[in-house]
Parts: sequence; C-alpha cells; structure tokens
Amino acid sequence: MDRRTFLKAGAGVAAIGASGGMSAPALSQGANARTLRFVPQANLANFDPIWTTQYVVRNASVMVWDTLYGFDENLQPQRQMVEGEEVSQDGKTWTFKLREGLKFHDGEPVRSKDVVASLTRWMPRDPMGQLLRTLNEELVAVDDRTFRWRLKAPFTKMQMALGKNATPMAFIMPERIAKTDPFTQINEYVGSGPFRFVRDEWVPGAKAVFAKFDGYVPRDEPNSWLAGGKRALVDRVEWTIMPDPATASAALQNGEVDWWENPITDLVPVLRRNRNIAVDIADPLGNIGSFRMNHLHPPFNNLKVRQAVMTALSQDDYMGAVVGNDPALRKTLGGFFTPGTPLYTEEGGEMMKMANLERGKQLLRESGYNNEPVICIVAQDQPITKSQGDVTADLLKRLGMNVDFVATDWGTVGQRRAMKNPPNQGGWSMFHTWHAGADATNPMIYNAVRANGDGAWFGWPNVPAVEAEVPNWLAATDLAQERAAIGRMNRAAVENVVYCPTGFFLGYQAWRRNVSGIVKGPIPFAWGVSKT
Amino acid sequence: MFAYVVRRVLATIPVMAIVALFVFSLLYIAPGDPAAVIAGDQATPDDVERIRASLGLDRPYLVRFGAWVWDIARGDLGVSIFTNLPVSLMIKQRIEPTLSLMVVTLILAVSIAVPMGVVAAWKVGTFVDKFVMGFAVLGFSVPVFVVGYLLAYIFALELDWLPVQGYTSFTQGFGPWIQNLILPAVALGSVYIALIARITRATMLEVLQQDYIRTARAKGAGQRSILFLHALKNAAVPIVTVIGIGIALLIGGAVVTESVFAIPGLGRLTVDAILRRDYPVIQGVVLLFSFVYVLVNLVIDLLYTLFDPRIRY
Repeated sequence: MDRRTFLKAGAGVAAIGASGGMSAPALSQGANARTLRFVPQANLANFDPIWTTQYVVRNASVMVWDTLYGFDENLQPQRQMVEGEEVSQDGKTWTFKLREGLKFHDGEPVRSKDVVASLTRWMPRDPMGQLLRTLNEELVAVDDRTFRWRLKAPFTKMQMALGKNATPMAFIMPERIAKTDPFTQINEYVGSGPFRFVRDEWVPGAKAVFAKFDGYVPRDEPNSWLAGGKRALVDRVEWTIMPDPATASAALQNGEVDWWENPITDLVPVLRRNRNIAVDIADPLGNIGSFRMNHLHPPFNNLKVRQAVMTALSQDDYMGAVVGNDPALRKTLGGFFTPGTPLYTEEGGEMMKMANLERGKQLLRESGYNNEPVICIVAQDQPITKSQGDVTADLLKRLGMNVDFVATDWGTVGQRRAMKNPPNQGGWSMFHTWHAGADATNPMIYNAVRANGDGAWFGWPNVPAVEAEVPNWLAATDLAQERAAIGRMNRAAVENVVYCPTGFFLGYQAWRRNVSGIVKGPIPFAWGVSKT
Repeated sequence: MFAYVVRRVLATIPVMAIVALFVFSLLYIAPGDPAAVIAGDQATPDDVERIRASLGLDRPYLVRFGAWVWDIARGDLGVSIFTNLPVSLMIKQRIEPTLSLMVVTLILAVSIAVPMGVVAAWKVGTFVDKFVMGFAVLGFSVPVFVVGYLLAYIFALELDWLPVQGYTSFTQGFGPWIQNLILPAVALGSVYIALIARITRATMLEVLQQDYIRTARAKGAGQRSILFLHALKNAAVPIVTVIGIGIALLIGGAVVTESVFAIPGLGRLTVDAILRRDYPVIQGVVLLFSFVYVLVNLVIDLLYTLFDPRIRY
C-alpha cells in the first residue's frame, strides 16, 4: 500500500464514522419522556432492605417491594397489600387477608407463606419487630391469601409496625428469598412492587435501573406516600449516582437528569435562577441534628456536665453551620421528637432552648469537672457531622472543657462509637450524627431517645423514667394518652440529657419543570411521577 | 530479549505478593468497620456484631489473609462485602471507562505536549517559549477538579457543546463515546501536558547543543528534520520515561476526574470502597493497579530499545 492509497482508505473510514458511527444514538422524544433520570442522595451499594438500614436502600426498595400497610401523608397506616384484617376480641389474634391479584416480578402469586417468611426475617432487625417477636405466639399461613398472627398480649400498633416507613420496613419477598438469614445479604431481588429491579444494568456506585412492572395492580384509592394506588407513569427510572454536587447541579441545569434528591443549600440559589428547574422542600419530616455523649465514662457520666453542655449550646449556631441562614430550612427544638408530627411536645424542654453559656459554665463548675479530656470524634467526610463537630469543639472550649478533637471518617466513627472502653483506651466521649424525622416520630422506632442502659443506642444512657413511658405509649388507646406518655418521656429525656439535639433541619429537592407529580415526603416516591 | 521479557514478567509475581501483603496488612490495622456502615445509623451494637460475624470480619488476621491468598491463587478476587457481587465483575464493569479516559488523555497529552516542548526548545527565550512554560506552570498549579469545573461550565453549561457528565460505552458509537471523554481528558491531561512539555523542552535544549545537530545544520538539513528526526529521537528516552511515570499520575488523577464528571470508572470504585471499608474491592483494585504499573514499566523498558539501539537486554 502506497501513501496515497493509505490516505484514501483513512479518509473513507473517517467518512463512515462521521456519517453513522460517530453520531449519537437517536433517542425519540417518547422514549425520553418514558425514562425518569434521578440523582439519589447516595450510592445504592447493596440491595437488601432488611440486611442494611441505609435510607438509600430503603428508598430504592419501596419501588421494588411492597408492604402490607403503608403510611400516608398524615403518618397513618393504610392497607396496601392487605385487603382487610380482623382482630379477636381479646386483641391477641390478628387475621389478615391479602388483596387479590398480587404478583411477584417472576410471575408467581404473592402467597401467605411469603408474608410469613418475610415477617420472620424482618422481626429480628426492627425495633417494633423485636417487640412483636417477644409477643409472638404463632404466625402462620392459613391459606394462600390468609395468615394469622397470635400474640401473647394485645398489640395495638400492629398496622403501624407493618406499614411504617422507618428502616427496616416490613417488605414482602418471595419465601425462597425471605428464608435468608436476616444478617446475611440476599442476592435475588424479586418483589411485587410497581417497579422491578433491572439487575443486569446495575453498576453499584454508578447506576441502578428500575423498570415498570406491568403485572402490578395498584389500589383504587388515590395515592398518598406509601398508601393508595402506586401508579407507575414512566417505563424506566434510572438512578445515576453523582458524588459531586456541582456535577449534579450542572447535569440538572443541562437537562441530562430530571430530578435531584438532595441539592446542597449552597447550590439552591443557582438552581432557582434557572426557569426550567423547580426547587422545593424534599422531606417535611426533615432531620434532627444531634451529638451523643458517652454516659459510661467521665466527664459525661456526670449529669451536671451533660446539663452544662445542653444549657450552653445554641441550636442557631448548629443549624447555621448545617443549612445556612435560610429560615425555611431550620427550627429550634424544645423536644426530642419530630416537630409537626402528632407526638411532638416541648414538655420539660426549656433547657434545650436556653443557649446560655454563662449558666452552662456555672453548671460545669458545680459538676466538679476536673479537666478530663473530651474525646470528640467527628466524621469529616459527612458535611453534616463535620459542621456540627466544629461548632461543638468551639462550644466546649468556650465552656472551659478540655477538647481532644478527633477528625476522622464515618467508617471509623461507626467502629469506634461501639466501643465501651474508657475514652483514653480507644473509647470516646462524644460523636455527632443526625436522625431522619421519619425515624423520630414514636419511641419504638426512635433508638436514639431510648435509655435502657446496655440495650440503648451508643452512649448507653440509663434513665428508667424514660423507659417507663414506652409501655405506657404502647398501651395508649388514643392520641391524648399517647401524647401524655410522650410528654413525660420528653421531660425525663431532657432532664437527664439522653442526648443533645442540635436543631431540626430540612433539605431541598430539585427537578426539571417537564416532570410532574413529585411530592414532599420522607422518600422520593417514583410512582405518580410523569414526564413530558 | 525474550528471556528478559520472561524474567521481567516472572518478577511481577514477588512484587505483587509484597503489594498484596502490604495492602492487606494496612487495611487490617486501619480503623473503620464495614459492618457498622452496613448496619446503618439506627442499628444496635448487637446488630453490628452479628453482621461482622456473618462477613467473617471477626476472624483472626492470619486466617483472613490465608483465605484471601488462597482465593487469589485460584484467580478469585473475592466478593464485595457491600454489593455481594464478585470483585472481578465490579472491575469488569468499571474498567472500560477508566481505560478509555486514560487512553484518550494519553493520546491528547502526548500529541499536544511533545510538539509544545519541541517548539519551546527551538524558540528558547522567545515569547513562544515563555508562553509554553507559563502554560506548564499553570497546568501544574491548578488542581484537576478546578480545571474540570471550568471546562464543564464553559463548554457544557454555557456553550452546550458537550455533556456535563457521564460515560457512553464505545460499543454505542465513537461519537457519543468521545463526546463524554473530551472534557475529562482535557482536565486530567492538563498536569500531564505540563509535565511532558517541560521535560521535552529541557531534554531537547540539551540535545540541540550536541555536535551532531551542528553537523546536521552544516549539512543543510531542514529545521523540521533537525527537530523531529535528529533531535527528538535522541531526546525520546527521558520523555518516554516521564510518560510512563505519568501513568501513575493519571491513575491518581482519574479518581478526582471520574468524580467531577460522574464517570463510572475504577477511580470512583476505589474511593467508594475505601470510604466504606469494602476490603475485597480495595484489595482487588490495588492489585490491578500495581499490576498495570509493573506492566507499564516493562513496556517502557522495551521501548527504550526502539529509540536507542545501544540499549540491549
């Protein structure tokens, strides 16, 4: 081949490339409108909503797996897979009947035995499930559509337990999958929800795809959060994981994605300036910022020291660091539960709002604090914990405490906070985190407020007055009784400083205006969402 | 030569073994607990402990290391703690974007940087030289993510010429593939261009002072012929060395670039795995990177013989 022939051949190849091979594959307008491109809050690294309690897994799972009941926007459990239920006169036996036409994504009908296996797997992993397990006498399938649960004692919160949106939710899986040990990950993702998981297209850390399940039969009632008819209005939902918020912002502005679950507040003004983009509050139940103190070791085994810190802290300082100055995004708390929900109370919560540094210093002096180091472990890879940690370090120094600020990452905090050793022997004095408002609506799902010593969440507070109100709340037969019990619990939790809430904060979500049907909720619900 | 190649390939085995031991030990002593991450923030200490046991993370160091080495010896990189997918599959899913990014960056960088360095040496002391050197300083000084954001802002958001993020497989056509790679490759290549341009200039300046160049000029050889045939070939050995060393730079830079441009490559896989303490994935990816690096060094050693016939193995 001489030089001229070579050049001609090269030009020919280039022409072919330019005419066809180089052009982008054409995506018709219709096909584009049938695919919802979504940027989730985090990576879907695994897909077992019982094995892990990560919110991102729960959010993906509600598309794929259905539940017996579902919370509506008033936080009331409504029937979902269940057609009806009967409770015996003594309140100890519940008999449930499944809806007709429920099918798994592999075409098999949903049967009672699947429900029994699923609930059996769920119970050991969930606080309400654990309570049900202690009450459990017998959980059996009566026939394909009927199952019965006999308990040792009445349990009035049954529908709440089976329909709550706090993790882990009581998802129903085929029996063969649900028989997996609850502490071992499943590797088959077959549900009966409105979307099926497209496993072949799953690239953990990058992409997850959900396709409309044509065999799904939605309820007739209008949709409200996890209740009512879950109608899939798009053929595909594509999750694209974007670790960098600036990239997600640019992709949304450029029309490369349709919906971004959690834009950071710094970027919201930029998004608002774009007339093709809508911005609104994502989850009205929001989040409660917090730091937990180790009740087992000095200095925070001393009640007066804990009270000194709570008295001095300013929730304004914390919320300013976490979400900035947008008043729509923050609220000062006088109680431990989620504001705006039925059980929120500020009874006995004056200390939380005090923000009185001088009074805090006085309490610290009275406590006999002896300059013991405070090992403050702060995850730097989580913006919320990092900013809270910075505020706390400053607060403790101003109080006159000896702060040992341990800047680390979330993986290390997760390991170290489980250690009960004294702080100078690998243990810790305090760590920062936050609680989803959806998980702080009642004491059974709200680990952080519990104070049952060794059985309590990290920090291991032991406050019998708090624990005494849990059975009272469970036994309550109306909202007034429930609120009374929670009021007493809140007072005891504040007085004993079970932990320190640092304020209530909300986050935004943003979407292209050609997308409709997006609602405010604790989960980005994909049903009811359409695109033009 | 063949014997040399075989010897070098065999030499990778102890190197990889040392890397394996080092990586495993480092991860073992590093703080952090994948079980705590899996269990989530609401999990009780008992839940975390049971998950840790189910993952085998409560076993002693030697037992875990032995099991891992045995698996590696059988060609099994293990299963991800988090995704329950084989590490080899996860690497396979991610290798194309990273490889594409590195190849395009390499081609782009070499094709820009070498001529820049040559011209700068030829026009030493002039405005052209100063411009090239100024560009090189800028390339070194500005972080990859800043370049990335700037490029995305100008060429994607403002001009709407190229996509902001993502990756399209080569199998879906050259056009979409290269469209997604141009901005990341330019961003990632900026440091690399600076490095190669500087080395090329420095080496060329030295070569251009040699007697044989003066002889070539005296014989009436053209400027282009002197620069690219006589001088550049003799300056190639250090340039190729730097290109090889720069591949390590590319691997490091790919981590940032893939995050900025949301490219689902090995860099992001590594970072995600480190943050979550997904030990099998970290170990698998680090082994792969070290193997690639050893291989690149071997290729460079062999390339020396092409540019300098005096070098023999």
